[in-house]
Amino acid sequence: MNVTATLIGQLIVFSILIWFVKAVLWEPIINTLEDRKKRIADGLAASEKGLKDQEVAKELAKQEIKKAKEDAAEIIAQAKARDGQMLEEAKNKAVEEAERVMAGAQAEIDQEVNRAKDSLRTQVSELAVVGASKILGKEIDANAHKAALKELIEQI
Amino acid sequence: MSESNAPAISSPVEYIQHHLQNATLDGERPASLVDFSVFFIDTFLVSLILALLFGFVAWKVGKNIDPDKPTGMQNVLEAVVEFVNQQVKDIFPAADKWVGPLAITIFVWVLLMNAMDFLPVDLIPSLVAGVASIFGADPHHVYTKVVPTTNLDTTFALALLVFGLIIFYNIKNKGLVGYIKVFLFHPFGKWLMPVNIIMTTIEEVAKPISLGLRLFGNMFAGELLFLLIALLAFSVWAMPAQIALGTLWGIFHMLVVPLQAFIFMLLTIVYLGLASQGEDEH
Repeated sequence: MNVTATLIGQLIVFSILIWFVKAVLWEPIINTLEDRKKRIADGLAASEKGLKDQEVAKELAKQEIKKAKEDAAEIIAQAKARDGQMLEEAKNKAVEEAERVMAGAQAEIDQEVNRAKDSLRTQVSELAVVGASKILGKEIDANAHKAALKELIEQI
Repeated sequence: MSESNAPAISSPVEYIQHHLQNATLDGERPASLVDFSVFFIDTFLVSLILALLFGFVAWKVGKNIDPDKPTGMQNVLEAVVEFVNQQVKDIFPAADKWVGPLAITIFVWVLLMNAMDFLPVDLIPSLVAGVASIFGADPHHVYTKVVPTTNLDTTFALALLVFGLIIFYNIKNKGLVGYIKVFLFHPFGKWLMPVNIIMTTIEEVAKPISLGLRLFGNMFAGELLFLLIALLAFSVWAMPAQIALGTLWGIFHMLVVPLQAFIFMLLTIVYLGLASQGEDEH
């Protein structure tokens, strides 16, 4: 229980130890801790931002999908409408074509009939002229009796 | 136990007195309370070894510091540094870069020195005595006092450095004139100047003395109790009591050892914080 020269020794050891601890332990660890604190804060902020971004992206994707669905529905509706229309058009065209073909055929038939009629008329007039000439026993000038023949033909 | 470890020390008084003697450099005993011709080699060596141990571990950890994956000792020291730094920030927010290292050095070094109390009271003294007797010394007159903080030199070395820093911080922050003004006009104003000088001087001087004596007193009392408990081993019948009391006191001392280290550190920060207040804040 005395104060001796040991005190001076202890003072020197203590002072050197403070300086040494400051240099090799305190400052590196404080720096590391500060650095780590900063990095953790940055990481947390980044993750927060990432979550927010994800939220936004989700919302965007949702909207995008909704829009695509609407578009698809519209396209399908349009296609359906177009389908019906095309069918109708095709039907009409077919009917028209059929009518046209039928009309053509009818016209041809009529023409053929008329032609047959004409030839028949001519033959009949010729036969009438031949028959008459046989009955009368003399040549009949067809031109002289043109009017009469024509009338005959008309009557047939 | 003690009988075999400390041969030829027969009486309890002698046993305790023997344990309370320091080993001196030249075998001289200090003649008075303050005697600077004497050097306690045991106190100095133990504290030096502990300082080197702490310094070595600090250097090892500081060199291999891994910011991403702290392991082992780095975790421990990080926790201690963070704890001390928090105390400094809370008590002394305007602390400069030396207060933290000072505080952690006090805390860890004092803790290590106090922890020497946990070694069995006869372990190191008998080892030293045994080694000394090989070299022909009389084991009766080989003294070893292991716990450095049971010695006024150690506690007052710490307290005096803190005292010096208190004065330094006072002058640094208040200026020399400001510091003298504190002595003249505090706490009773300018009309009681002589009283003020006495009061403030006592207040200032009480700081290092209370710091040094508190630590010394606690650790000395603890060591003395360990010695008294060890005395029970003089009788075989008292052994159970010795074991029970030794365990109890050891457990209680586990509270005292870090607490005293913590109090020393905390008061150092408080005193330096007070010293760094401006003139008007006093």
